[in-house]
Order: sequence, then C-alpha cells, then structure tokens
Amino acid sequence: MDIVVCVKRVPLTEEVDLVIDAQKKGVKKDQLAFVLNDWDNYAVEEAILLKEKHSGTVTAITVGNEDDEEVLRRCLAMGADRAIRVEAGDMSKFDSFGIVKILSQVVKDLPHDLVFTGVLADDDSYGMVGMMMAEELNLNHSSMVTAIQLEDGKVRTTSELEGGLGEVSVVDLPALITIQTGINEPRYVSILGIRKAAKKELKVMDLAELGISDEELAPRAIIEEVYLPPETEGAQMLTGDPDKIAGDFVEILTKKGVME
Amino acid sequence: MSDIFVIVEHRLGEIRDITFEMLWKAGELAGKLSHTVTAVLLGHEVSSIAEDLSDRADQLIIYDDERLKNFNADLYKEIIAELIEEAKPPLILIGSTSWGMELAPCLSIKTGLPLATDCIDIMSEHGRFMAQRQMYNGKIFANVSFAETPGCLITIRSGVFPKDKIGDRQAQKVQKDFPLADIKPGKAFVEFVETAAGDVDITQAELLISVGRGIGEEENIALIKELAEALNGVVSCSRPIVDKNWLPKYLQVGTSGKSVSPKVYIAIGISGAFQHMAGTSGAGTIIAVNKDPKAPIFRTAHYGIVDDLFKIVPVLKDKIREAKKG
Repeated sequence: MDIVVCVKRVPLTEEVDLVIDAQKKGVKKDQLAFVLNDWDNYAVEEAILLKEKHSGTVTAITVGNEDDEEVLRRCLAMGADRAIRVEAGDMSKFDSFGIVKILSQVVKDLPHDLVFTGVLADDDSYGMVGMMMAEELNLNHSSMVTAIQLEDGKVRTTSELEGGLGEVSVVDLPALITIQTGINEPRYVSILGIRKAAKKELKVMDLAELGISDEELAPRAIIEEVYLPPETEGAQMLTGDPDKIAGDFVEILTKKGVME
Repeated sequence: MSDIFVIVEHRLGEIRDITFEMLWKAGELAGKLSHTVTAVLLGHEVSSIAEDLSDRADQLIIYDDERLKNFNADLYKEIIAELIEEAKPPLILIGSTSWGMELAPCLSIKTGLPLATDCIDIMSEHGRFMAQRQMYNGKIFANVSFAETPGCLITIRSGVFPKDKIGDRQAQKVQKDFPLADIKPGKAFVEFVETAAGDVDITQAELLISVGRGIGEEENIALIKELAEALNGVVSCSRPIVDKNWLPKYLQVGTSGKSVSPKVYIAIGISGAFQHMAGTSGAGTIIAVNKDPKAPIFRTAHYGIVDDLFKIVPVLKDKIREAKKG
C-alpha cells in the first residue's frame, strides 16, 4: 500500500491580530508562527496507521520554500518514509489550481494506491485542492472522510455530511481521499523524534525539473483585495474585574429566565 | 440573455435549504442583469421536488434516472459538464456543502472553468462576476475575480442568503435523458449512518454551556461541567473538542453536529467559526467568553467577555451558587 500525502504549512491565527499587507492581497506573515495544517496532520496520521497495518510506504509532499520543510520533517518524524518539497519561488502568484498542477505532476510519477489531502487548509480555506487533483489525475475519490477501511482492491469510507449524518461508500483503488479532522488521534512528535528523522530522505524538486511552464500555472481565481471584516454592531461587552463581570453575567441570566 | 445555473441539492426526498438560498441569490442577480435562472435537478423519482422548485426558476432541467438515486459526484460531474458545454452559462452555483465540496472542484478541472468556494456574496461589475469570501477563519475577507473564461463556478456557504422566493417565475420543465450509456463510477453508495444518540438531547435544552478549543486540556472540561451543574444547564461543545474525543459527538453544535435553540447559549473558549455558529442561529441570547478580542464569535454574540476563561468561570460559578441560594 503506497500512500502519498499532500501537506501545507499554515500560520496560526487564533488570538492573533492579522495585519493586511501593503498590496492588499494577503496578510503580513513575518510575525506569525507556523504549523502543519490541522487537517493534514490527521491525513498523515491516517496514512501511517494504514502503513503500520498493511505495510507499504508513505510519502509526504509540499509545495513551498525552505521554511516549509519544517512540516515535512514533522511528517517524517511521525513515520513517513520520505518527503518531497517542490520549490516554486514566490507562492503568492499561485491559486489552488496552480498548486494542483504542481502536486499532480509529482504524484503522477510516484507509486500511489491512495493519495490523501486534508479537507481544507486553515489559511485560505478553499478546500478544493484534493478533489481537483482527483480529477486531474483521473483518480476515484471520496471526500470529508471520517473513517477508512481497506478491503480487497477497494476502500470503504465514511464521508461526513451535514447534521451528524455519515455516508458510507466503497471506492475502487487507486483513489484520492480528503481527510476530515477527528478521524484518528495524531501522534505526539518530540524534538528528539524530529532530530532522528533528519536522516530520512527529503528531496527538493523545481518546476523546470517537473516540466511545468508558467502558462500552465496561470491563476484562474484571482484575489483582487483582502480587507478586515466590515464592522457589525457586535456583542455588548461586559467589562471590569472578574467579580463585576460575573455579577453582570448573573443579571443577564436572570433576565433571560434561566436562573430558576 | 443568459442563464444562471443552480445545481439542486436534495437528500432523502427533500430539497436542502442551500438550494433555495442559491436560487434566491441567482434570482437577485438575474433581476439586475436581465438573466434567467435555470435549476438543474438530477435524481430519481423527483416529481415532488420538481414541483417545489417550479416557481423558483425560469427553467428546470431534469435528469430522472435510477442511476441518479443517490448523489454521485462522478455522474453529476459528467452530466453537468456536458450541460455547461451546451448552454455556456456565465455562472454556475453549487452548495458549499459536503457534496458540493466534492463535485465543484472536479467540475472545475473537467470544464476548465475557474472556481471560488465557500462564498458569502457575489457581485457583478462590468459583466464580470466577483465573489466575496472569508479567509483565516473569518478574520479576513477577500474579493475574488475570475480569469477570462466563458463562465465561472461559485460554491455558496449555507445560511448566508434568504430561503425566500424572489421575482415572479414559472419554470419551464425540460426532461433530459441520462446521457452516459456505459459509465461505471468508481465510487458506490452503501448507506447513510446517523450519529449515535446519547443520554441528553442538546436540541431540547433551554440553557447550553458550550465549550471550545480555548479550554486547552481535557481535565479542564470538569470546570465547564461544574458551571453547567450550578446553572442546571446542559454541556455542549464545538468540533475540536469532539475531534480530540474529550466529549461525545452527540454534544457537538454546528454544521456537522446539531442545530440548537436554547434560550441562552454560553460559549466558552469558542472562536466562532461559521460552521459552529450555523448551529446556534436558533439561540435566543448568546454570551461568549474568549481571550481573543478579534474572535469572530463577538460579531454574532449578544454579550461578550474578553478575558481568560479560567479567571471568569470559577467566579461566575460561585456567583451563581450564591444567587440561587438567596
């Protein structure tokens, strides 16, 4: 069972004030901390669990610059066998479609029974790379998957629908599956583990090597402008010390009739 | 005159709300641009669904075939791609739902049309469409335009447009034959499965104390349980808590969990991702406690407290006990 997992390094933005860059095309990233995209963390774990059970290989791929290798090293420490980074220069010129072209070109030449991506990435939240790759590579597919079971030449998946409903399907291999959070419990990775994994192969490729021209990567969806959310009336804020806040809180609960 | 296409989403014989919401937006745009609205319905034995759409679109294209009994992205993609090729609609709307998230990207590659997902509005300028969407969990908004192509695909977030009728329409029904003679999709539907029910039903609760990622550690959930006990309320949670197995799935509020309608919803350490807030639209009053003043939850909550929950909750719990005694 050869599994390829596509991963992305994303900024942590909870409890952070985001600042829009001068071109108004994105946010300033120099002050932000970065991590492996949460969904991808689950995808890597799922690939490794399958490998541990059925043997085979796990390859992690990302498109990005040298800093992005940190998430590949994490994947290697989790148990991936090798990692590939595609150096693509200035990433801001690509849309999801360009990333799909690049990733597909790499995956095409790797053995793959399964290709995993996260359902979406925490930064731009497009959630389209996985299924676009499935179509680009002509792979069978299942999306938003919360359970996977291998059967003879097939994979049984549960896709998450709305309202707590799940949809069970059987998909012929090879297949591309987008992984939803909660499918497993991603393992802990220690600094020592990352250091140990430094011996594993991390290959760097570039676009020329992949034979992809600039025209092929021309964006189809273009960010014209990013901006802070329009002002809304918003919440009425309770302020003061904890005692004052708690007092006001109780008053609201009483008024709303839930203090009985 | 051109057509705005809306791909009808339905499940178990019922039209999903997102379909009506997309038809509302399509109708609004059509009114401004002198376009018409075409609803595209794929399924099996769909006459009652077709009936419910008859005054929402100008044209209703129906593919009724046993092979379309269950949603299948492969079949939908092939049929809709052929239809797009034939009719060349300038805009195709699909729900940003679990099914739409599988279908739309495939369709984008297949047709070569650009795609913007999870959009919350569509603008039209000089004959080109532009989509509004959110990034970074709603902390940033973006306007997205499209390359010069004959059309574009946009998926629409659930719950952002009204479900109402717009304009006076009478759909002309066009029955089409299943065009794919010998296609065998690589994915086969097996069954639907429901989340296991638990000992409490959060949809019936009058007071919910809901906990999110901000709680930090599993053992801290006890603090929320104590608060709920003091208030005689019910504990619920957001997705990350279920993902970590700290609380069971049947307590989850949101798109993939339950929609709730308590008198009061207390959200503790919940940032307010739209998937979560979608489940709280029936709540009477929302009170949010979060450290991050920019957390999107403060945009929808009625009352907000920007502070450390570990400072607020213990004091609050004591105050409540005191008030109840007196």
